[in-house]
Amino acid sequence: MTESANTISLESLKAGDREAFTRLVYETSGHIYRVALQILSDEQDAEDVLQETYIKAFRALPEFEGRSSVTTWLYRIAVNEALMLVRKRKPQTISVEENTPFDADSESEAMEIVDFCCLPEGELLSSESRGFLDQAIKNLPTNLRVVFVMRDLEGMSIQETSEALGLSENNVKTRLLRSRLRLRQELSVYFGGKMQEVSQR
Amino acid sequence: MSAHIHTPRCSQLLGSLSEYIDGELQADLCAAIEEHVKDCDNCRIVVNTLRKTVELYEQTTNEQTELPDAIRERLLLKLDLDDFIKKN
Repeated sequence: MTESANTISLESLKAGDREAFTRLVYETSGHIYRVALQILSDEQDAEDVLQETYIKAFRALPEFEGRSSVTTWLYRIAVNEALMLVRKRKPQTISVEENTPFDADSESEAMEIVDFCCLPEGELLSSESRGFLDQAIKNLPTNLRVVFVMRDLEGMSIQETSEALGLSENNVKTRLLRSRLRLRQELSVYFGGKMQEVSQR
Repeated sequence: MSAHIHTPRCSQLLGSLSEYIDGELQADLCAAIEEHVKDCDNCRIVVNTLRKTVELYEQTTNEQTELPDAIRERLLLKLDLDDFIKKN
């Protein structure tokens, strides 16, 4: 998220300065909406989460203690709101892998080995490929998707991601690795097919 | 396309790959990975494609951070901040 959001005076925000809060909205709302959309895959739900995030933030600001940055705090509110909607939609089923340590042997079973890096940029970033990239994120279980979105799409550090999600840093690292390996696997199968198409042309 | 048959060393390497591609792995472990991939084509491909996967997502994401104007206007209206709506 944009660094300049964290330069807005915390004192002004806490004092209810509407102009400072508006600046915060302009600087951060694109990111908050995108995170909500990635978690929920529904534009209306994402917009609801966006609005609820800033309503809650505005109310809670006077008590904000500043233990994390304002942006990390906003992400935390937004992710909690989005996950609450996910749970409402589907009664929570605990994934077996959710709290298990990383097991390299089972993760590496039947790993696809296709060196798709050599595909031309136009192929890797074609509109069809972009559609596949989006779909591959949606296919991740929510607990992995949230970590991937924060770290790799929003560019947050491991520490910030852990603060925003209320997870330990080790837990974030494990989930990040799992999510990246799964996406790599999906992309390998997809781009492997593209490489065959290219070689047959 | 082929499926990768892993030796124990390949599996050991897998757990550190995320930190490796982020440049956050301690130096001796980095050196061990670099030594290993010199002779292990499959692991080299896994490392390269994992890095490429993250890069592709970073590239596509950086292009789409703007919030649509209509959504921002509805947000500011909801927050009673509509007097600050910037008109282009």
